[in-house]
Amino acid sequence: MNAAAHVKEPFVRMAKRNDLSLKKKIFIRAIAILAALLVDGIFIFLITGLNPFGVYGVMFAGSFGTFMKFKWVLRDLATLLIVGIALAPAFKMRFWNIGAEGQILMGGLASAVCMIYLGNTLPNWLLLLVMLVTSVLCGALWAFIPAVFKAIWNTNETLFTLMMNYVATSIVACCTNFFRGDNAKMALINMGTKAGWFPMILGQRYTINILVVFVLTILMYIYLKYTKHGYEISVVGESENTARYAGIDVKKVMIRTISISGAICGLAGYLILAGKDMSLSTTSAGGNGFTAIIVAWLAKFNTFYMVLISFLLVFLDKGASDIASAFQVNDYMSDIVTGVILFFILGSEFFINYKLIFRKGGAKNA
Amino acid sequence: MIENALEIRHITKTFGPVVANRDVSMDIRKGEILSVLGENGSGKTTLMNMIAGIYYPDSGQIFVNGKEAAIRSPGDAFALGIGMIHQHFKLVDVFTAAENIVLGLKEGKKFDMKGAVEKIRAICDRYGFDITPDQKVYDMTVSQKQTLEIVKVLYRGADILILDEPTAVLTPQETDRLFQVMREMKADGKSVVIITHKLHEVLAVSDRVAILRKGEYVDTVETKDATELSLTEMMVGKKVTLDIDRPVVKNKKLRLAVEKVSCVNKEGVTVLDDVSFEAFGGEILGIAGISGSGQKELLEAIAGLQLVGEQSSITFMDPENGDEPVPLVGQNPRKIKELGIHLSFVPEDRLGMGLVGSMGMTDNMMLKSYEDGKSFFIERKAPKALAEEIKEDLEVVTPGINTPVRRLSGGNVQKVLVGREIAAAPAVLMTAYAVRGLDINTSYAIYRLLNEQKEKGVAVIYVGEDLDVLVELCDRILVLCGGKVSGIVSGATKEEVGLLMTKVGGKDPAEGGMTE
Repeated sequence: MNAAAHVKEPFVRMAKRNDLSLKKKIFIRAIAILAALLVDGIFIFLITGLNPFGVYGVMFAGSFGTFMKFKWVLRDLATLLIVGIALAPAFKMRFWNIGAEGQILMGGLASAVCMIYLGNTLPNWLLLLVMLVTSVLCGALWAFIPAVFKAIWNTNETLFTLMMNYVATSIVACCTNFFRGDNAKMALINMGTKAGWFPMILGQRYTINILVVFVLTILMYIYLKYTKHGYEISVVGESENTARYAGIDVKKVMIRTISISGAICGLAGYLILAGKDMSLSTTSAGGNGFTAIIVAWLAKFNTFYMVLISFLLVFLDKGASDIASAFQVNDYMSDIVTGVILFFILGSEFFINYKLIFRKGGAKNA
Repeated sequence: MIENALEIRHITKTFGPVVANRDVSMDIRKGEILSVLGENGSGKTTLMNMIAGIYYPDSGQIFVNGKEAAIRSPGDAFALGIGMIHQHFKLVDVFTAAENIVLGLKEGKKFDMKGAVEKIRAICDRYGFDITPDQKVYDMTVSQKQTLEIVKVLYRGADILILDEPTAVLTPQETDRLFQVMREMKADGKSVVIITHKLHEVLAVSDRVAILRKGEYVDTVETKDATELSLTEMMVGKKVTLDIDRPVVKNKKLRLAVEKVSCVNKEGVTVLDDVSFEAFGGEILGIAGISGSGQKELLEAIAGLQLVGEQSSITFMDPENGDEPVPLVGQNPRKIKELGIHLSFVPEDRLGMGLVGSMGMTDNMMLKSYEDGKSFFIERKAPKALAEEIKEDLEVVTPGINTPVRRLSGGNVQKVLVGREIAAAPAVLMTAYAVRGLDINTSYAIYRLLNEQKEKGVAVIYVGEDLDVLVELCDRILVLCGGKVSGIVSGATKEEVGLLMTKVGGKDPAEGGMTE
């Protein structure tokens, strides 16, 4: 290397920032969204020749266009959020439960079985209660199994919970084949009697879903922050050695927490069956079990932040599908539009935590 | 005429709000051993990391052999003949010594392992290093790994060698040997920089001492004109006394009897072998030994965190119950607490075992007591008050009692941990490396706290590494060597303890001794 090269400062360096004021954080995020819209606008115009503002209008209308659309946003938000809430305690304990999908399905299956076999024998309130209990237990069981293996034999929970998803999917596929008989697909269960369906409140069955998830958001926040269980979860998540030092029974805490996580997933399955789909298929969980991982992580396990993140994801999703149908464009195109927005919003976190220092002055380096 | 190998001019480096170095200017001469002395957090390592290309300064210049240089990576540093031996070794365990040395080298032509091995042999012969090129790193002792790091740097042709706290992991004998090597490198015309906060080492080995305080350069003095006291005062910035008290407590009472404790670790290696001793209330029992001689396992066995062999017996004499003997083997920390036994333990791994790094002081205060009471909810009032009290009494520097303790400096983290353990009013207080990495003021504050506990009649067990301190502070010293008790001495000198550290009961003459 020659001497001249040595005297050159690096072109750009990264340094950790001091804590930013809230105003500046909001400012950076706003810039990120504007930049995303700009990049998207250029992309839309160059590729499709459409007016970007028209596209954004449709995107916005996807969630806010009509009151009905807004209600659907709330419904889907509730479904995604409850799974995020379910994952929060597990992830806070650094137990990578990526088996939410399967736990939801098992909960949903339990509900479906109750609806089909007990639908005409029990009064509706009792049926709903039985469905609730069995769904929660099934979801919990599906998480309990990998938790026990991890606690006792230290198996890898990521692989184990993931595999449990496929087992659950197969069981559900098998059952739906059996239930549907000669039909091409499984119809709404108890369409005539509406047994096991939530009652209508404010014109919608899923009003109950929204209320349940709203209450759970608050309860989980309190559970993690203000209870002894929540404290144990934090300690175990930080360091098992510290937990042992503090006299915490790590195995017990692990099995308990993961069972709770699975139980809430089971509850999500119950809500999907009784308040949203009233039918069962292998896609009943709708990928929420995986999307919720993003929700839980981005919100840093704070359930109130989860509401915002879930909303953002649902908003983008609705917008994307409306763009695709309104402009007759390929699904991929609208996915790119929402992808860019998500990328910029996540990328802005880097600029909130770090600043870039560029090489000063040009004279010396010319 | 004195030639400078390296000149630092007006270097400043900040990390967020923290100024690690402010306007530092100093010189490293050719063919000298320079000590860089400073308390923890005084910016020694940061400064040297900038010379070695790990960090890049915010402002200021570095001149190597009179020419301005921009050192943007360790590669740049090597090209300029600068090599650094870090405190935490950067070696690949499953590689051999030679493979580690050539790792990352781009010598152009075809890769020539034979040539490399020959070159390594030549370096080892030159300085009398005892490493074989084809030995795997995982088979090496700590001292051999350090030697390997030195060879690695010499192989790359370094003329300026920086050693970051190299003696922290060595026995006194190994330290002497390292110093010998440093002197030989100096005789070869190389510049050797040693970062340390141990004063007697500074005086023993260096030609000049550069002193940093709170990120700023204080002065460079000739070692021959300096004394421990004068250096300390420059380092701390005020007058200090360097004596550790050892108050005599009458009426010592047997508090803990450890008999025939053995323990096997996960890999099936015996880490404790037939250890027996007694600890008395009103005394400080020191435990000395090369790191990894079973200190950690011994304390954890007493605390109920370690499974022990069948013959083992650990008995606690309960002072609240007429010194009634209580067996501790087979208990876990919660059960010990439920028995009403106040046993406090400051583990070696502060943030990985004693505290929860992501939590604030308040939440850390309740780590061992959160279970108290029947409520499902957690009670934060008492822990908060305790946190406030400890912050006040021990002068913990923290932005707030809810700031994650991980963000505090090492000394403050230790104050939080020791503060909590002492607040539990223990009958036995065990500490592992209680002052490791702490500055002089904090270390002395900790010694004072331990002595206070001793005078209150607590049985204090102090696992330490600095023999000077062990000898001054402790009433008796138990020396561990390879999991065995090689002696329990009182009033021994540092050299006697050092010898016991490398052999059991006078048998098995130690290798790794002096150069001869």
